[in-house]
Amino acid sequence: MSLLEITDLHARVEDKVILRGIHLTIQPGEVHAIMGPNGSGKSTLGHILAGRDGYEITRGTVRFNGVDLLELAPEERVRSGLFLAFQYPVEIPGVNTAYFLRAAVNEIRKHRGQPELDAVQFLTFTREKMKMLGLPEDFLKRSVNEGFSGGEKKRAEIVQMAVIEPTLAVLDETDSGLDIDALRIVANGVNKLKRPDNAQLLITHYQRLLNYIVPDVVHVLHDGRIIKSGGKELALELEAKGYDWLIKPQLQTA
Amino acid sequence: MPAVKEIQNPVVRLTELVATTTHVPVWLAALRRNALARFSQTGFPTTDDEDWRFTPVTALKALPFVIATPDFDRADAAIQHSPFASIEGPRLVFVDGQFSRELSQVTNLPDGVRVQPISEALRQDNSALQSHIERLPDRNASPFLPLNTALFSDGAHIEIPAGCELPAPVRVLFLTTSPHAGAFAALRNVIVAGANSRVTIIEQYVDASGAAYWNNVQTTLVAGEGAIVEHIRFQEEGRHAFHTGSLHLVLARDCRVKHHSFALGARLSRQDIRARLDGEGLDCVLNGLYLTDGDRLADHHMIVEHLRPHCTSHEYFNGLLDDRSRGVFHGRIHVHPGADKTDAKQTNKNILLSKDATVDTKPQLEIYADDVRCTHGATIGQIDAASVFYLRARGLGEEDARRMLLHAFAGEIVERIDYAPVREEIDSLIWERLERNPHIAATA
Repeated sequence: MSLLEITDLHARVEDKVILRGIHLTIQPGEVHAIMGPNGSGKSTLGHILAGRDGYEITRGTVRFNGVDLLELAPEERVRSGLFLAFQYPVEIPGVNTAYFLRAAVNEIRKHRGQPELDAVQFLTFTREKMKMLGLPEDFLKRSVNEGFSGGEKKRAEIVQMAVIEPTLAVLDETDSGLDIDALRIVANGVNKLKRPDNAQLLITHYQRLLNYIVPDVVHVLHDGRIIKSGGKELALELEAKGYDWLIKPQLQTA
Repeated sequence: MPAVKEIQNPVVRLTELVATTTHVPVWLAALRRNALARFSQTGFPTTDDEDWRFTPVTALKALPFVIATPDFDRADAAIQHSPFASIEGPRLVFVDGQFSRELSQVTNLPDGVRVQPISEALRQDNSALQSHIERLPDRNASPFLPLNTALFSDGAHIEIPAGCELPAPVRVLFLTTSPHAGAFAALRNVIVAGANSRVTIIEQYVDASGAAYWNNVQTTLVAGEGAIVEHIRFQEEGRHAFHTGSLHLVLARDCRVKHHSFALGARLSRQDIRARLDGEGLDCVLNGLYLTDGDRLADHHMIVEHLRPHCTSHEYFNGLLDDRSRGVFHGRIHVHPGADKTDAKQTNKNILLSKDATVDTKPQLEIYADDVRCTHGATIGQIDAASVFYLRARGLGEEDARRMLLHAFAGEIVERIDYAPVREEIDSLIWERLERNPHIAATA
């Protein structure tokens, strides 16, 4: 059974149609990248998978481990293994990161039938991941994302991903706003989390991230549809030629 | 029949109440007569008064005023279950406006420290106390201040001598036990912290009656040079009760004063805060939280006056409003000529948990000095949807996510309390309230 199976997905926000028939299948162990110019619908796809309000699905289905994903609440999606790393992680003043993250992890563990982590176990477990991503010790003591630099926020997302241990991680523009060192740290963290039974879906504008996280499949999204899929060399081709060579023939045939 | 009409007049009915204090010095008797005349003249405020525009006192005026009568047995039980009961330290207990020596605890005080009922202090010759009672400002004062002067029965007199640091907080507990509607108590507190002294004071209002009583309070807090004072006002009156209070802060050079106002109870509560920053380099924090539901109304009205250079004042007030309840906030920062280098900041944030709840907020700045930094802002809104989604996308249920955010919103205020045992108790108390609230998940 496929891990994720998106069939003919159409979606809109109010009167604006954003997705016009997405087909995408991801198997365990695979890394997929979705690339595309601004406004192509990349981030919308990520939001819809995570269950954000405000999108109307007009046609199509999304099955995750065989279950109708679109029927699930956001918290049920992450509990059943689908995690979204946000492009713009939200700052939440007054909510302590350790408190929030332990509550979240334990909700997920409860759902999986695993024992909850006590404060000490949680700290040991999380500190190890923090070290891997080069986050400062006080990360857990601070309010969620408050006062973090752009790079810290992205690394914090990967720490959360590491402790939540999803079967499918959707990384929405995780590379944006990172300098080359931070990008390397983040990519290294993501690579270490890769296992034969999980998968990753990278949403990105630039090929740069794919130098560090090597995808099995690259998809090009344009105007709400996947107009081309290929191997990792497709990303290099896009880097060299831009998106125009793919988009222009589309316009002619439309 | 004019005679009957006059008896129905609430001002007349109130002024016929006789203060129960037994020993009234001559100067106070005179002061009371003047104050009573003044209240008779001004009467109850109406919504035509700009300062009372959103706070109608119609229901208050309709009460059948009687002097509250204490039930000390009931008080004893209520004290055991009141918040902060486990906090050690000197304690003054007043039941329906009357001091209870049996329920109080004022032994083992350091030399020179006074923690006593004001009725006792008035029997002694104390010119400083006299001036603190006499010299309350007329301008911008609450109309209920003269009523308090005329009728106050008792309250706390706390004096910390210069250089004295009191390790345990002084707790002043006002309990209402009288089951009669309209039971009226006027309470007067005078707190004087000497130069370079340090003290924490808890002023607490608790209901053990369930009746529609009225507490009218005046607290004067005088902080000497370099004094460090934390004053926690915890108002948890019954849901039928009325609470009108004034706090006057008189602050000297280099002092650090933090006032926390928790308005968690009462059908109608109004807190007037007047802060006079009358010394250089001092730091004043006014920090408050109001939680309302049902038909309740919580009003904070404050004026902070910067009179000298290099002072800092911060006002932070958050409100969480449910059902048809109302919140009112009025905050004016007045920077007088010469109060250069003033650093003043004021925020009022409100979250509405119901579409029928309302907030009227009015932050104001008046600046007549140079080189000042003053900011103010007010917000009214719902729980932030993006934050709720973020927490849910990490596995928390919707209700848990919303509760966590509301707790954090209240926590912004609670965490400013320095004295940890009180901070922790208020934090868990608010958490319990949020747990009990049935509307956390319903207002998507």
